[in-house]
Amino acid sequence: MTETTKTSGVSRRTLLKGTAGLAGLAAGSGAITGFPYVMSAEPKVLRYLGTAVNEGDDISKQCLKDTGIKIEYITATTDDVTKRVMTQPNSFDVLDTEYFSLKKLVPSGNILALDAKKIKEFDNITPVFTKGETPGGKKIGGQGTAPWKVLYLEGKDSKKFATSATEFVTLIPTVYNADTLGIRPDLIKRPISSWSELLNPEFKGKASILNIPSIGIMDAAMVVEATGKYKYADKGNMTKEEIDLTMKVMTEAKKAGQFRAFWKDFNESVNLMASGETVIQSMWSPAVTKVRSMGIACTFQPLKEGYRSWASGFCVSKGVSGPKLDWAYEFVNWFLSGYAGAYLNRQGYYSAVLSTAKANMEPYEWAYWMEGKPAEKDIKAPDGSLLEKAGAVRDGGSYEDRMGAVACWNAVMDENDYMVRKWNEFIAA
Amino acid sequence: MDTSDNILQQASPDLVRGSDTARPARAARLSPSFVSWLQAGPMMLVFLAFFLIPLVFVVIVSFWDYNEYQLLPAFSGRGYTDTFEGCIAQLPDLCTIAKTYLKTLKLCFLVWAITLFIGFWVAYFLAFHVKSKTWQMGLSLLCTIPFWTSNVIRMIAWIPLLGRNGLVNSGLMKTGLINQPVEWLLFSEFSVVLALVHLFTFFMVVPIFNSMIRIDKSLIEAAYDAGATGLQTLVNVVVPLAKPGIVIGSIFVITIVMGDFITIGVMGGQQIAAAGKIIETRVNALQFPAAAANAVILLVITFLIITMMSRIVDIKKEL
Repeated sequence: MTETTKTSGVSRRTLLKGTAGLAGLAAGSGAITGFPYVMSAEPKVLRYLGTAVNEGDDISKQCLKDTGIKIEYITATTDDVTKRVMTQPNSFDVLDTEYFSLKKLVPSGNILALDAKKIKEFDNITPVFTKGETPGGKKIGGQGTAPWKVLYLEGKDSKKFATSATEFVTLIPTVYNADTLGIRPDLIKRPISSWSELLNPEFKGKASILNIPSIGIMDAAMVVEATGKYKYADKGNMTKEEIDLTMKVMTEAKKAGQFRAFWKDFNESVNLMASGETVIQSMWSPAVTKVRSMGIACTFQPLKEGYRSWASGFCVSKGVSGPKLDWAYEFVNWFLSGYAGAYLNRQGYYSAVLSTAKANMEPYEWAYWMEGKPAEKDIKAPDGSLLEKAGAVRDGGSYEDRMGAVACWNAVMDENDYMVRKWNEFIAA
Repeated sequence: MDTSDNILQQASPDLVRGSDTARPARAARLSPSFVSWLQAGPMMLVFLAFFLIPLVFVVIVSFWDYNEYQLLPAFSGRGYTDTFEGCIAQLPDLCTIAKTYLKTLKLCFLVWAITLFIGFWVAYFLAFHVKSKTWQMGLSLLCTIPFWTSNVIRMIAWIPLLGRNGLVNSGLMKTGLINQPVEWLLFSEFSVVLALVHLFTFFMVVPIFNSMIRIDKSLIEAAYDAGATGLQTLVNVVVPLAKPGIVIGSIFVITIVMGDFITIGVMGGQQIAAAGKIIETRVNALQFPAAAANAVILLVITFLIITMMSRIVDIKKEL
């Protein structure tokens, strides 16, 4: 009896209460959804699928503060992100992925191109993405899956990349970088200036390369070209013969005991380098920073053949519509509005909209990270830990120097299937 | 057969009594099979839903075609032909896939032999040398302590120990035994086998111990009384009676090692190919049919090994 009385009491009180009370109860119980006034009280949540690069607690906290959108991170490796888009497109709302994956993602029809008109800062996005040149006008190498080749779609639901600018953007760029080799200057004790040093017998048993086929093959191609053995028409789109040749060079080196180990994720590369198992290897900029923050000398070595670059950005799942799509646009607009850009710049990455990031950084930080000038003050990481003492200069110099020296981009080749098989043979050899 | 008859005897009076009022003929006809189905049912359903049906899917998918971003449900042997591409042309040299499977078998054999040796003696010690039941329980529980931490942590813990600047190397250098760090301690077949043995010996200990503990001690006394030496007792009494445990432990270790790619990857510095690794790479490249084909091949090989082992010992009979 008491039970019944209680229940009826609650419902009477709820009826008497105002809209807010009803909305609150409905949102809490999840029982009554679909009423317009309930919808407005529903928490704004976006499930965000991506690699760890863009995902930071600070970013999601700041986003919640500024926009009321709660970000739920789903972190996966690049391969797993792609797999998830193919097999479970409804398991995420916002997708953060790399441009080179688009050759697989766009034909699958599981992602939704975003409307450039709804992106406030779209016209301010760095010309690296739109024109393939630096703001200073330096032409950037376009081998591989360069972002400007896959930036636009022909129409809203098209599965074809457009050759010129359209309204429909596959990925709204967020972050990118120019990668090269990491070295241990304290153990090598001489200047390194070429990719070919990776295969120098001097470093036998102390070299490493990353075991992600589509990226590893690009590093291998940079090495082969640097040794002068072969010049590729496009390192990011090799013929079968070129793949064979590249893997032959690498296999011979492997059999001669050149490599200590291969690495597949950020931490593995840090551990190899920090423990001295390797002294020269493919590396990512924040991994070098991490080794250095452990008090171990490590250089992100600029090389005369240039950098291998990568870039990633946002799109949404095909299943996203209605208010959720509006939040997605709101989130992307927020991401480009400066806080996140500055946050990424301070880690050694580059943000897609430079002007807003600059407005959110101290002049001395901007000078160190972007202009290649010696640090006026100590340089701190986003978490407040010391990265560099005053006077230090960033490896590779300014944004112009680094992005201007990009030779190729991470890619998916036409012969990707063959390449993966050959890569497996290399690893097994 | 024995068990089902017993159950029938126990179960049928109830059933007959219960069906007196209803239809006695039907109940009498249903009861024997119905009861055994009821008993086997739950396990059978689980087995069907979580093993057989997925397995059938894997076999079906292994015969599909594929492209960069999707599965094409049309019959194709491409998953298999791609796997063995160039193998015949390369003869008499072994192709990569054959070498990979041979390497996996080699690692598997080494790990099996070492875990069996260690596991047998640990179980022997627990079963025959530890007299008190309490101590037996206590010591077997002690064996499980390493399993309180994650598999990955136990594996990664070897790296700082075996590395170029690791504890072992710096220890040896300090004692003056070596001048140069020993390189083959880490990222080598040695480190892979070491880590696998460390991870899986326990899977040998438990079933062998379980078999040994059930050996009637008077048999051993009888063997001694009849004048058998320790070795003769071991070979003619203990080992034959512990066989079921040995086979079950072996099946555990072999199936785990044949499918492992994480330990082999981490401890081998990603330089040692394993059958499981091929499947992982294929899946990562979204080549699901090729991955399924490799899974089927791996399954067939593992199945063959286990069939051979159960030929040696009839587990069903021994249990």
